[in-house]
Amino acid sequence: MTSATSAATDVYLERPWLDAAAEPFIRIQGVSKRFGDFTAVENVDLDIYRGELFSLLGGSGCGKTTLLRMLAGFETPTVGRITIDNADMTEAPPYQRPVNMMFQSYALFPHMNVADNVAYGLKRDRVPKNEIARRVAEILSMVELQEFGKRKPHQLSGGQRQRVALARALVKQPKVLLLDEPLAALDKRLREQTQFELMNLQERLGVTFIVVTHDQEEAMTLSTRIAVMDAGRIIQVGEPGEVYERPKTRKIANFIGSINTFDGRIVTVDGDAGELALSCPAFSSPLKVPREADLKAGQKATLAIRPEKIMMSKDAPEDRALARLQGEVVELAYMGNLSIYRVQVDGDGGDNNDGDGGDIIQVTAPNLQRVDRRNIEWDDRVWLSWRPDNSFILRD
Amino acid sequence: MNPKRSTFLFSVLCFGMAFLYVPMALLVLYSFNHSKLVPVWGGFSLRWYKTLFTSEEVWNALTLSLQVAVVNATFATLLGTLAGLALVRFGRFRGRTLFTGMISAPLVMPEVITGLSLLLLFITMNELLGWPSSRGVTTITIAHITFSMAYVAVIIQSRLSGVAQDLEEAAQDLGGKPLRVMFDITLPLLAPGMLAGWLLAFTLSLDDLVIASFVSGPGANTLPMLIYSRVRLGLRPDINALATIIIMTVAIGVALAGYLLMRQRKQIDRDRQMAAAGAAT
Repeated sequence: MTSATSAATDVYLERPWLDAAAEPFIRIQGVSKRFGDFTAVENVDLDIYRGELFSLLGGSGCGKTTLLRMLAGFETPTVGRITIDNADMTEAPPYQRPVNMMFQSYALFPHMNVADNVAYGLKRDRVPKNEIARRVAEILSMVELQEFGKRKPHQLSGGQRQRVALARALVKQPKVLLLDEPLAALDKRLREQTQFELMNLQERLGVTFIVVTHDQEEAMTLSTRIAVMDAGRIIQVGEPGEVYERPKTRKIANFIGSINTFDGRIVTVDGDAGELALSCPAFSSPLKVPREADLKAGQKATLAIRPEKIMMSKDAPEDRALARLQGEVVELAYMGNLSIYRVQVDGDGGDNNDGDGGDIIQVTAPNLQRVDRRNIEWDDRVWLSWRPDNSFILRD
Repeated sequence: MNPKRSTFLFSVLCFGMAFLYVPMALLVLYSFNHSKLVPVWGGFSLRWYKTLFTSEEVWNALTLSLQVAVVNATFATLLGTLAGLALVRFGRFRGRTLFTGMISAPLVMPEVITGLSLLLLFITMNELLGWPSSRGVTTITIAHITFSMAYVAVIIQSRLSGVAQDLEEAAQDLGGKPLRVMFDITLPLLAPGMLAGWLLAFTLSLDDLVIASFVSGPGANTLPMLIYSRVRLGLRPDINALATIIIMTVAIGVALAGYLLMRQRKQIDRDRQMAAAGAAT
């Protein structure tokens, strides 16, 4: 019993959002922001916990940057309330918030050298001179720029500038660090490396990070939790795995990764087993998939499966419990580490009776064999199969 | 390349250059003419330079012009910067459009109109307030400030839109109150624009004949006014000498500025290379 309790507490320590009793560090309550007739952020409620690396993910114009700017104090909400560490920050100006921001452009002061850039925030707080020198040196060595203090920003490479911006925002030891597209200006190789550095730094300092990004991969790797935004609203909040494996709507599913969908109708709902049976014209028998709480028998529903969850073989799979389809490879893209296959399924696919053949299903598979030994080629007849509980139900 | 076309291009170039520089070359040449009659060559001499340097009238006009130009440039930069800041950074306040239009009106207003209206203003003020009791240095300076301020405001406006607002936001985010941020970030970044504005206002003032003629009084002659009044009485070689000195000053100034710019550009190139090399290690 005791061990069970302590295990539960451990889970709550790492994932406080699962604990109903945990107190959020940042609370955004009913916040909307209107610019004239345009609503940039609409009725957002969000709780973020201490030490999280939280991502706001969405396309351009979805309101994620406006939300971040309201946390920084550059914009005031039209309605709603923002509290940070139990202090109401809704109307507080930026220079009175325990929050620092790393700008997408880095916004380094071009007329000051690296050390002065980093020291600026401490000088404004009237920190004693020798302490400023010590803290600047400390943070610069943390981002491995200790020898660059005398350089001007234009004498640095993009990656170095990014680290100066990070050091400048962290040196004041803020309660929250806001990062606006922190990696967007770096090239791909540097971006991957910096992702890990950012995560390590966050873990070491324990500062709560809020990251705005349009890059779903970046959000997936970095975050403890992701809020997906669209048209000013938050449409789903969850851990990366949750958002990826159980997206609530087709929009989210398409935005994060790719997806295959099948129209169908719910036959039975089994509350005890936590699953429901869905009949799709594409399959000979109903499929058992994890249940969504508010769906009832007889309702229309969409079945979804991620391309990498589908197994592909030339022979029919033996396991009768698998969802299975047969078809023909119509397209094949070799990506080095994996390949993308597009398979046209036999029959009419069921969603329209236009007789032009079945749905195109996308499958990604790791290249276990060298490309010259690949055993599935263009125009091959293949079987597609997957465990039904790897698929999920989508709402529109 | 087609040799025919290149000859054509070359002659066009020569003609254009001649069009621009032959008059000035003639002026310089005749300033060293010994003869009293301008178009008659009487041998090389520095006679007119001597006459020029001993003429008290010329010295007075030059000092007056420089004095007006410096005071004008300083005040115009100050006021123009404030106007530019207000227009770009204070959001959409009431009457902003009107203010924008009004600040640029002196740019398009014919000088004659500006001069006339200012003259009328000074006369009315004298009658109602008893100031300025006489027209001279003060009225010329005030008149110059009114129109050069508009030019400075335009320069500052464009420069401010270039100074990314996120720098100011970053400074505020790091704990700088708005006034502090203005002195720490905005003004230092604006300094090149303010210098350009100051130089432009200085040049405009030094160059102006029309407005100064309207608002000047007896005894207060700026250099352009002096030159104009002398030329009206006939071409005189000492004016050529004066013009030559002005041309030389400008030429040296431009060459110096060009040299400094080139050096700066080279430095930036070096910095870029250093940054790239630093990134590779």
